[in-house]
Parts: sequence; C-alpha cells; structure tokens
Amino acid sequence: MSASSQPLPTLRAVSDERPTPELCFSVWEQALRERAEPKWVYPLRKAGLARFAELGYPTPQHEDWRFTNVEGIASRPFRPALTPAGATLTPEELDQLVFARLGGDRLVFVDGHFSPALSRFGPKPGGVEVTSLGAALKNRGATLQASLARQSRMATNAFTALNDAFFSDGACIVVPPKAVVPEPLQLVFVASAGGEKGRSAHVRNLILVGAHAQVTVLETYESLGDTAMLTNTVTELEAGEGAVVEHLRFQDESEDAFHLGALYATIGRSADVVTHSFALGAQLSRQSLHTVLDGEGLEATLNGLYLTTGNRLADHHMVVEHAQPRCASHEYFNGILAGKSRGVFHGRILVRPNAQKTDAKQTNKNILLSPAATVNTKPQLEIYADDVKCTHGATIGQLNPESVFYLRARGIPLETARRMLIHAFAGEIIDRVRCTPIRQELDQLVWDRLEADEHVHVGARD
Amino acid sequence: MQPILEIKNLQAGVEGRHILKGISLTIQPGEIHAVMGPNGSGKSTLAAVLAGREGYDIVSGEVRYLGQDLLELDPEERARAGLFLAFQYPVEIPGVNSTYFLKAALNEIRKHRGLPEMDAIEFLGFVKDKIKLLELNEDLLKRPVNVGFSGGEKKRNEIFQMAVLEPRLAVLDETDSGLDIDALRVVSNGVNKLRSPQNAALVITHYQRLLNYIVPDFVHVLMDGRIVRSGGKELALELEERGYDWIAREQRLAA
Repeated sequence: MSASSQPLPTLRAVSDERPTPELCFSVWEQALRERAEPKWVYPLRKAGLARFAELGYPTPQHEDWRFTNVEGIASRPFRPALTPAGATLTPEELDQLVFARLGGDRLVFVDGHFSPALSRFGPKPGGVEVTSLGAALKNRGATLQASLARQSRMATNAFTALNDAFFSDGACIVVPPKAVVPEPLQLVFVASAGGEKGRSAHVRNLILVGAHAQVTVLETYESLGDTAMLTNTVTELEAGEGAVVEHLRFQDESEDAFHLGALYATIGRSADVVTHSFALGAQLSRQSLHTVLDGEGLEATLNGLYLTTGNRLADHHMVVEHAQPRCASHEYFNGILAGKSRGVFHGRILVRPNAQKTDAKQTNKNILLSPAATVNTKPQLEIYADDVKCTHGATIGQLNPESVFYLRARGIPLETARRMLIHAFAGEIIDRVRCTPIRQELDQLVWDRLEADEHVHVGARD
Repeated sequence: MQPILEIKNLQAGVEGRHILKGISLTIQPGEIHAVMGPNGSGKSTLAAVLAGREGYDIVSGEVRYLGQDLLELDPEERARAGLFLAFQYPVEIPGVNSTYFLKAALNEIRKHRGLPEMDAIEFLGFVKDKIKLLELNEDLLKRPVNVGFSGGEKKRNEIFQMAVLEPRLAVLDETDSGLDIDALRVVSNGVNKLRSPQNAALVITHYQRLLNYIVPDFVHVLMDGRIVRSGGKELALELEERGYDWIAREQRLAA
C-alpha cells in the first residue's frame, strides 16, 4: 500500500551475496541491544566499522603487509561468532589444553565468548578484579572508558578496526596500585571445531595495572580439532609507574586457522614490562605489537619465538615507540622454520624528539631447517632524537657448522648435536620467561614439538 | 706394542688447495710428539683431518688409530674411541649449558667403553678436582659453553674437558696461542697431570715456549705440508734459536 512494501534485506539474503563486515554490522547491532553495554561503547564500534571501511583488507601493496598476504581471509565470507557456539568443550577437553595444570585464576572463552562454567575465578584481595570484559562493561563501564580502545582506535590496522567494531568479549583485569597478584592469570581462548566458512572470533582484553603493582597474564589460543576459524584478538595493556608486568601470548591453533593478534601497550615511568609471543600454530598468524614507552626510565622487553612447519606463515610486526627519555627496549625474536614455511619480522623503532638517552636493541635470528623455508626480516629505525643508542641485527641461516663440529668432536652424535643446538636456540627465548611454571611447561612443549619435527632428525647432512 | 697413531704418507687439502703433501708419523703409547712449523705449513690442517672436520679432502695415504682406519670414522666416533682435539679457537655455544654438554659427551664415551652413565650428582663429584686442576671457577659449569669466557678460560676449558673425557690421544692445536705465562703454566700442568704410559699427545705449536712446560719425546718440523726434520726435544730449542728459515734454507740446498 505504501513504499514500505519493499522487503527488508534478511540475513539469508545477506549471506547469499557473501557477508561482509558492513553487512554483518546491522545484525550485530541487534545482538548488542541485548547486552546493555554502556552508551559510549557503541560509537567506538561504529568508528571501528568506519575505519575498516576506509582501510579495507590490507594487500601486499601495503608496505606493512608486503610479505603477509591475507587474501585467504579477505576472500572468505565474514561470519563473526555473534553468539556463543552451541557446542562447547568438556572439562576433560579443557584439561587436555596446555598449561591446564597451572594454578590461579583461569578465564575460558570459546569462539570469543566467555564460558563461566569452564572458568575458575573468585574475589581477590587488594581490589584486584579479574572478570570478562562484558561483565566489567556492564557493572562499572564508566571506569573503563578512558582505557578501552585508547590506542586501538588510533591504529591503522584493519583487523584492529574490525575488532573495535565486533569484539564479542575477552578478559578485563584491573590491578590497583601496589597490589601484587602472586599467581599467573590465565586467559584461555579456544576455537571450536568445524563451523561455517569464514567464522571468526573477535576477542578484546583489557589489562590495567596500577602504579607499583605486579601481575603476570598468560593468553593461550588453541583450537579444538581442525578449524579454519579466524581469531582476531586485541589486548590493550596499561602499565602504571613502577609496575612490573609479564605478559605472554601463546598461539597454537590448528593448521587451517588464521590468527591475527595485536597488543597495544602503554607503559609508564620506571615500569618493567616484558611481553612474550610464542607462535606455533595457525596457517597464517600475525602478531602486531605496538608498545608506547610513555614514562621516563622504564624498561620493556619484547621476546618471541616462532616455530613453523608445512606451509605456515608466522609474522611479527613490531612498533616500539620511545616517547620519553632514558627508556630501554629490548626485542629478541627467534624463528625456527621447517618445510615450506615462512617467517616475517618487521621491527620498527620510533624515537620521538625528546626521547634522549634511548637504548633500543633489536635482534631477529632465524634457523632454516629446510631449503624451502624462507624468512623476510626488516628493521626500520626512525630516530628524531640525537643522543640515542639503537642497534639491530638479523640473521638467517642453518645451524652453525662450527658448533655442530665442536659437539661431535666431544663424542656427541650428529643428531643429538643438532637437537641440542636447536633447543638452545629456542631456549634463549624461553629462558626469558620469568614465571617458572609457565617457563617449564613451555620448555617441555617446545622441546616435544621440535622432537616431533622430522627436520630436526633427517636431512642432517644437508 | 700397538701404536696409538700411525700416519702413512697422508696427503690432504681443502677447497682445492693441496696442503698436506705426504706426512708419516707414528706415535706409541706414553709418548708426546710436538709438531712445529711456521704459519701456513699445514699444522692446523693436520689437526682438522685427525679430528674429522668436514670439508677436507684426503688425497692419499692412511691414518690408523689403535689399529683401525681413523679416516673412516665420523668425528663423534673418533671422540668415543678416545681421540680428543683441543681446539685452537673453542666455539661459543649460547644456550647449551656446560654441565649438560660435558655430561652428555662423557656419557657417550662411557657408553662406548661399556661403563654405566653418570647422573648429574656423580658427574659433579667427578669433575670437581679436575676443575681445580685447571684453576677454573666452578660457576663455569653453569654457564653456556665458552660464552663470556676469556681467551685464557676457553683454553683452560679445553684442557678441563680433556681431563674429564680422559682420551687415549690428545691433539692440542695451538693451545698456547693467546695465553699469558700463568695460563700457559696452568694448561701445561693439566696436560702433564694427564700423562700416562697408556696415553699419548700430539702437541701442535708455532712456538717453542709451550715445550718448556710440556716436554716432548719427539719434535717434528712441518714445512709446506711435509715433515722436514724430526728429532728430540733439543730440536725445539734449536728452532727457537735459529728460526724456521734455517731449515728452509737447508731444504732448498738439499733440493
């Protein structure tokens, strides 16, 4: 009878023409109505969507994405897991995951949705809060307004923009000034098996550490069986003056999975922050770490290890921004690559004009276990202060034949010598993990993974 | 008595260069032989070929070690059979703990000798005196192999490893280079303590100085890939006095 007889597009109609973020957002808006997020969150999400529309999926023409082609993601339908998956994991399956024996609080998320039943957490002394971000926004959202998306909203990373728009949940950790959390806090992110093509989880974590407070946070990303799930995770970390923070990200998703991770860290005066990335899984993984050294005299260590096999690609994209004087940053990234796998390392060090007495150090070392494995490594120094010390170094190669010979000349068999050296190479990185139970488990896990790799054994005479 | 080492007309080279041009040398148990020679004479090539370093081509000749064909063996098999090379340039191996490394090496050798493996506690007890013998700090065992060691510590560490692994034949490749007089004394003392009627050593050096401390039974002069003169310990003194040119001139005259 009137113009309204025109049928509205339904989700079915939408998916027929390959769902895109823009098309999905209207459905997502409906889901958001149920959530009662604080009013200020919605504009953030809209801004993220707008930023994504402007940026689009990156292509290899983009300098930051030259060696990491995300066509496999861009060409898929976009199907964010807007609601929790029907199937979840059993407690027995949960016990199979790495670090399952770790004590302390554990928040579990399946496809980006919080699973209270699988989680273990309770009230903490000293005002420490460990909850899901969804709950934190609902209960005391106002206190998070200054921090949520503080850095991410400025980022020119299309996946971070998508995350701003579509994040479903994640952890919110608030450690008040001077509080010390003795046991590591574990955030477990599980991708469910199967699901529609293009299914994606968008995780957002917020970690706020007050002045002189101490905490260790471990994020783990794993898959339940084979899944081509895209995990797009963003963690925002603020470390106050004199805070001591250890942050770890462990990614071991299935070999079809896509993993895009970003860490935005803002570090205050005299703080001591160390962050680790262990990338073992996914067909394509990229960790973008943007660290702003935002107070005088602080020390930041960025440490990482990637082990790749088959056709996998592991990318680390670093921006270390020295914004204040007398800060030290140390980046140590080692890669062990087998098969036809690829490693990418891009290390940008940005020294702002007033960041005098900066001490920035970056190393990226790679061992190729097979002739078909490749690495692209690129340092990028942008220095606008004149009294600074910046060093960088990258190596790509086989095991040092001198070292192999030295060990053999003492009676150690060739195969054992190779394994010792490969393990030592991984150990350089693992040894920087301060939290002992995590370090020990990582050590065992990486050792087992290397042992399972045929390249460590055969082809030894190549 | 079976010789420990018999080298017969050994010719070898590396990267297409012909370096050893026919070396013959027999070492009996209990003997210390010194091989002296100027730079480029082939001293280090000899050590490398004996230890089994890759990249060297054997042109002709043979090397028998305790009756077996040494050149057939992999480097680790040679080590397990009791051959030890003290490296001229010990390699730094970050990430490999010294105790772990040396215990693994010792246990490989013990397995080969039919002895039970040592656990960490037995091992630490076993090495304690040997560490003192080389005047090394015990903390060294907790550090990665040779990493952060001074030049002298690295050389003493080589002899410490030798003391632990108890070889039948030790090949010391310019162990004296870069050592001050105190370190030289410590290293030599270590080598002398390990002398026995069953064992032997081949000491490769440019200078006579080391041989004041490790007194050889035989001295061989290596020039241009050949042993041009052999004699007793007094030959080393003569070389020290008259230099290598003297022998080189005689060689040319003889030719």
